Amino acid sequence: MDFSNFLLMRFEVILLAVILLLIIGEIFITQAKKDAVIHLAIFLFGIHTAVGFFNLDDGSLFGGMYRTNTLIQCFKSILNVGVLILLLQSGDWIQEKIMKHGRGTEFFVLLFSSLFGMYFMISSGDFLMFYLGLELSTLPVAGLAAYETTKRISSEAGIKLILSAAMASGTALMGISLLYATSGSIYFSDVITAISPDSLTILGFVLFFSGLAFKISLVPFHFWTADVYEGSPIAIASYLSVISKGAAVFILMILLFTVLKPLIGIWEKLLYIIAIATMFIGNLFALRQQNMKRFLAYSSIAQAGFILLGLIIGNQLGAATVIYFVLIYIFSNLAAFGVVQAISLQTGKELMSDYEGLYRTNPNLSLIMMLALFSLAGIPPVAGFFGKFFLFTAAASEGYYFLVFLAVVNVTISLYYYLLVVRAMFLRKSNNAIPYFKNKIYMRLGLLITVIGILILGIYSPLYEYIYELSINLQ
Amino acid sequence: MDILSLFILVPIISITVLLFTKNLRQARITAMIGSIIQLSMAINLVFSYFKERAVNDSLMVFTKDIVWFAPFNIHYSVGVDGISVALLLLTSIVVLAGVFISWKMFDLPKEFFISLIVLSIGVYGFFISMDLFTMFVFFEIAVIPMYLLIGIWGSGPREFSAMKLTLMLMGASAILLIGILGIYFNSDADGGALTFNILEIAKVNIPIEAQKLFFPLTFVGFAVIGALFPFHTWSPDGHASAPTAVSMLHAGVLMKLGGYGVFRVAMYLLPEGAKEWSWIFIILSVIGVVYGAFSAIKQTDLKYINAYSSVSHLGLVLFALLMLNKTAWNGAIIQSLSHGFMTALFFALIGMIYERTHTRNIAELGGLLKVIPFISTIYVIAGLASLGLPGFSGFVAEMNIFVGAFQNDSLFVRIATILSVTVIVITAVYILRVVGIMLMGPVKNVAYLKLERVTWFEKLGILLLLVPIVGIGVAPLWISNMILESLQPFIQGLL
Repeated sequence: MDFSNFLLMRFEVILLAVILLLIIGEIFITQAKKDAVIHLAIFLFGIHTAVGFFNLDDGSLFGGMYRTNTLIQCFKSILNVGVLILLLQSGDWIQEKIMKHGRGTEFFVLLFSSLFGMYFMISSGDFLMFYLGLELSTLPVAGLAAYETTKRISSEAGIKLILSAAMASGTALMGISLLYATSGSIYFSDVITAISPDSLTILGFVLFFSGLAFKISLVPFHFWTADVYEGSPIAIASYLSVISKGAAVFILMILLFTVLKPLIGIWEKLLYIIAIATMFIGNLFALRQQNMKRFLAYSSIAQAGFILLGLIIGNQLGAATVIYFVLIYIFSNLAAFGVVQAISLQTGKELMSDYEGLYRTNPNLSLIMMLALFSLAGIPPVAGFFGKFFLFTAAASEGYYFLVFLAVVNVTISLYYYLLVVRAMFLRKSNNAIPYFKNKIYMRLGLLITVIGILILGIYSPLYEYIYELSINLQ
Repeated sequence: MDILSLFILVPIISITVLLFTKNLRQARITAMIGSIIQLSMAINLVFSYFKERAVNDSLMVFTKDIVWFAPFNIHYSVGVDGISVALLLLTSIVVLAGVFISWKMFDLPKEFFISLIVLSIGVYGFFISMDLFTMFVFFEIAVIPMYLLIGIWGSGPREFSAMKLTLMLMGASAILLIGILGIYFNSDADGGALTFNILEIAKVNIPIEAQKLFFPLTFVGFAVIGALFPFHTWSPDGHASAPTAVSMLHAGVLMKLGGYGVFRVAMYLLPEGAKEWSWIFIILSVIGVVYGAFSAIKQTDLKYINAYSSVSHLGLVLFALLMLNKTAWNGAIIQSLSHGFMTALFFALIGMIYERTHTRNIAELGGLLKVIPFISTIYVIAGLASLGLPGFSGFVAEMNIFVGAFQNDSLFVRIATILSVTVIVITAVYILRVVGIMLMGPVKNVAYLKLERVTWFEKLGILLLLVPIVGIGVAPLWISNMILESLQPFIQGLL
């Protein structure tokens, strides 16, 4: 076998090297300087992210089990950027809360392993590789969710996540088996030609879909979301809501638009119903949340509902708008989680009422939070507006006006609860507002990148055009 | 840089400078300089427009077109005709007056002026846009700062009012979004490419079924911000809680977006839909006109009186637009301008009275003419302008509207016109009632005898608004020429 073929797996190879380097590095880092692991991890992952931007050949490996092209590379880079921001934002937290127990390296190793799984999931060329990737991307996160061993609620989150995840991947596996039974192959390229909308295939598809729907936390597979987000460390809640969801959306899109395209008559109806349910349930439950993590959990469920509006039309336009929306969503949600994390780290406060009067003591954090929420709500000129507008345009292009109508109703509902946070921060005055504090360099850098992203991504149109051209690969 | 994009660029520069200001003094000076530059640009635009119009015969002048999102054929596309030039002038005057009236904004001054200027960016951008997408973006930019402006600096139930206003207006813009998408996806009906450009869509014959479907959505989406009954309820609450300058901008400028959008987008692009649906909106606007006026009679809070009078006056704008008649349209645009200056003036005066007496309840006020003669005199003048006395802008506007409306010979429209003509009388009732109770008679409270004199910045703010009211009233010809010329494409499209 020609060794140069492995160059196609550049992302995986480098990330594996990073993981190994971290494990080896820990041996040489003395106990007194153990914080160096954080710097090392961020540094190495930064290099990995930078390398990812360089162009890679298209191709496939292992007889078609693994494949890569510019679009898949773009997906991986988007995830990389998200993880890098996440690392920057959580560096201080690891240093202050985790390093005390001497368990810093494991955090990075688990996180990167999960990302490693996502790479394989996105790059998979058959259902086996897909399933392996799915499992590898989920299992380490369960460990991470239970990472704050001093907190009981954290262990609970870990258990909840792993039980629901096991259930979901079991369902997906059942679905894959049925699809294999009807099409006679697990290779995507064979399945495309063999698949037809008979009842067993549809059953298989629905089971398979629910496994992914769980990861995207679509209704009715969303019940784990709020509890797990609330219990896990903020960095992990953020990871679940942004990276994990993004990766699942990407692979779902690849599968729906290519492999399962012959079933479009089935899945567009399915997505139609699930989109409506997800938007309404996510938004209505978010209305009365007091804990910021639960609040963002339901908000992220609702956002997933909006994503379906782009998926439902199943063409290049839909793909481009979904990728663009997910990219913007990553930046916006990371900004929101970053602020929550900064405040939680300094003061331990996570309730919306604790944010009252925040603007008068911490104007910069409040402004970042406001930008992030406006972006999630879809207010121009920040990026979220463009993401949403294009999603709605995509859905309307195939005549789904009623769905768009329900979506804009939901945008208005969501605006209400996003404004509740703005109200607490800006409109209210409080005597025991969170006092002024200064973030450390990593957190500031992490927030700065998200803010730049939120401000630039929407207005800077060449980015969308680039994504639009890439999306032709999904036809 | 073309002269229209400067209307967006200058405020952005002002905001950037404002970010670095340290106190109220620096903030207000910066905001003032920025707004003065805007005003001079607007005045210059009026003259350049006349000059350009003499040689240039196209629908829109000073156009600039840059491709923004190529896959959707979204352009950053600007241009003006007489209507937008007039409204830009209105905006720049009201914004400058608003800055003067907020001269003593001690609480978070920097943030206040930034929000105010962001709002003005939205309005300027809206009036110069020729692309539906850009227009929609600016529409939302104009709405969202209202939440902070009312919520942070407002009074009374400010949180409730701010939330109600924002949700109703954003809800309306959500409905509008569907209308715009509907127009966009039907803009290739004649075989061309999909486009957001208003001028190009106007050339396309959008299928009548689509027009009938999307006209109400587009119309309502815009008309909510123009206080169409029964979607006007955000307006009185919002006015009552908002700080003075925000009320001025809100009533003076922001609500004009509704009439302009209805005319430029809903009616111009969907003419068949307009003909099909106009009856129901005529009924609603007449109800708004009469109901607003009657409500104003019953109110005791000065701001509520004005808010309901705005509902009535702006109902008249929508009514006139739906008359599908050149004279009435001319009246509608002049009514927009006149109402913009007038209500802004009213709210400025109410703010000054409130600052001195700490009440807006007319029952507690009395004899103000004796103690604050300047403010009271101007209040009487504004009142007379509002009830349509010849010599002021209100007369020109209402005259045009009703003359135009009577030219329709259908019975339905006749009845609607007669009903809305009654508003002239009702307006007189509520204006004179306030004048009588509040300004005449004995001074009700001894504390009022020692009220603060009017300061120079307040006088400047008032004068800025008073000049155009009298200007339009005495010499309406230049402005109605400007508007009438620009009505040509609408006449061709709709009549």
